[in-house]
Amino acid sequence: MTTTSITLAETPLLALVLRRADDALILGHRLSEWCGHGPMLEEDIALANIALDCVGQARSLYDYAATLDGRGLTEDDLAYRRDVGQYRNCLLVEQPNGDFAATIVRQVLASAFLDPYWRAMTASADPTLAAIAAKAEKETAYHLRHSAEWLIRLGDGTPESHERTQAALDDLWPYSGELMESDDAEAELVRAGIAVDPAAIRPAFDATVAMVLREATLTAPAAPWRQGGGRVGRHSEHLGFILADLQYLQRAHPGATW
Amino acid sequence: MYTQALNAQEVHGRPVVDPAEEARGARFQARIDAEDRIEPNDWMPEGYRRTLTRQISQHAHSEIVGMLPEGNWITRAPSLKRKAALLAKVQDEAGHGLYLYSAAETLGTSREEMFEQLLSGRAKYSSIFNYPTLTWADIGAIGWLVDGAAIMNQIPLCRCSYGPYARAMIRVCKEESFHQRQGYEIMLTLCRGTPEQKAMAQDALNRWWWPCLMMFGPPDSESQHSDQSAKWKIKRFTNDELRQKFVDATVPQGRYLGLTFPDPELAFDEASGHWRFGTIDWEEFKQVLAGNGPCNRQRMKQRRDAHAAGAWVREAAMAHAQKRARRAAEAAALPEAA
Repeated sequence: MTTTSITLAETPLLALVLRRADDALILGHRLSEWCGHGPMLEEDIALANIALDCVGQARSLYDYAATLDGRGLTEDDLAYRRDVGQYRNCLLVEQPNGDFAATIVRQVLASAFLDPYWRAMTASADPTLAAIAAKAEKETAYHLRHSAEWLIRLGDGTPESHERTQAALDDLWPYSGELMESDDAEAELVRAGIAVDPAAIRPAFDATVAMVLREATLTAPAAPWRQGGGRVGRHSEHLGFILADLQYLQRAHPGATW
Repeated sequence: MYTQALNAQEVHGRPVVDPAEEARGARFQARIDAEDRIEPNDWMPEGYRRTLTRQISQHAHSEIVGMLPEGNWITRAPSLKRKAALLAKVQDEAGHGLYLYSAAETLGTSREEMFEQLLSGRAKYSSIFNYPTLTWADIGAIGWLVDGAAIMNQIPLCRCSYGPYARAMIRVCKEESFHQRQGYEIMLTLCRGTPEQKAMAQDALNRWWWPCLMMFGPPDSESQHSDQSAKWKIKRFTNDELRQKFVDATVPQGRYLGLTFPDPELAFDEASGHWRFGTIDWEEFKQVLAGNGPCNRQRMKQRRDAHAAGAWVREAAMAHAQKRARRAAEAAALPEAA
């Protein structure tokens, strides 16, 4: 049997675009799992909205990645035909939704990075990335505001909500560092003015998180250890199940049009 | 997504004895007859209020429960475009639920009460959502047929005598028409695709066709509501009239897809210009309404689980709002004390 899987020759720019695209798709996928099961109707709508923004960002980025690849692939080839080892998202976004507190903590950590990141990327020397960033930063500003407001409500709500939220923070905190990691290939793009150094976003991330946690009466864990590996395709056990769901129809009917 | 034709039994138009009440009733009916819109603060007969509250909340519940069968395919949608469209569609349904609960609240019942009626099983929702979505083609079939049937019911509701409901329906109908076209386009893509995809589309039509015809409610000969609802201009067409309109509109669409309807008696009647169809299995309809459809228990369990799992979140939001209000009050009191 022939495989439907593809592997890309990742130039530094293509690798960067895939990282951002995979972060957006997997986070959007996780958020979309909430649809119809949220704690209130308004939140069903809000989480679906954030998920839609993420899927939309992923589509623009995959489209660009397919152009860079140059073999005539489509956004769907990139989303539906790469295996776990080819996915470049950080581990944070593939973590399960858990309870609403875990979803909100994951979102705050992701958005506290992504929002300033995309704002900085609007100055990219790559016009396509600058255009994608200009659209994304408007969306991420809302994602950060919405999730941070919830984190404050949950942290400074009832004893139960405080306890659940602190536990979620303790669980997810070790995954936040990976957002700000980069490698030599990315450093090359930074020098060329195409990419922003993720490490340079650290002060903005720290300031946002510190402010929100203070208002939420939550404590940042002192965990010195850090999880990573997603950028080179070493994922948690969760991603395989996400892709099994996401890719099932495309894999079962190779070459079909939907 | 859709309102079921009324099925619950209730007695309307009790004899009015008080002459002042009678005069108010006559003035009310005169306004209805003049196609005037009734607004929340206007006087209205209790039966009118009850009927509308039941119908609008039942419609809202249908939107919310209707999110589940389609939500079942969001994570497995076969392309990013389809995934985004399906997510947006299910989100629209949540939005419809929200407007409709708000419209029903103007009649004096809170959303919490209506939710409680749904979760306790006292309130009904459309029977169609008690059927499972087994393949991707079901997402196409729901858009094409279920939303198509919903539109037949809902277009006349845009002229319903109760203002907030009529206005909500205008927006709902615009979005439903879009969903219907989207569903049909999914079916068209499948029917032009591989033999497996076409078989998937045919299988979906086979399973959804008869339940969709049941969505219009019992035949006119057995429907107990239509007279009073028609007089109040809540309902402008009978169940059978709407069902026939739906069949007439849908059969040519299905034939264009190259699909076969699962009804050997389906035939065009030249004399009347209508498609004549076979006998609906009303026993199946009764069973699904009674809670014995394939997914009744599962759907209600999912709704109850989501509500229960969200209780601590709603409590936290309330507690936090109270803390903020208290802090604001304390801050405001400080300078006066100083």
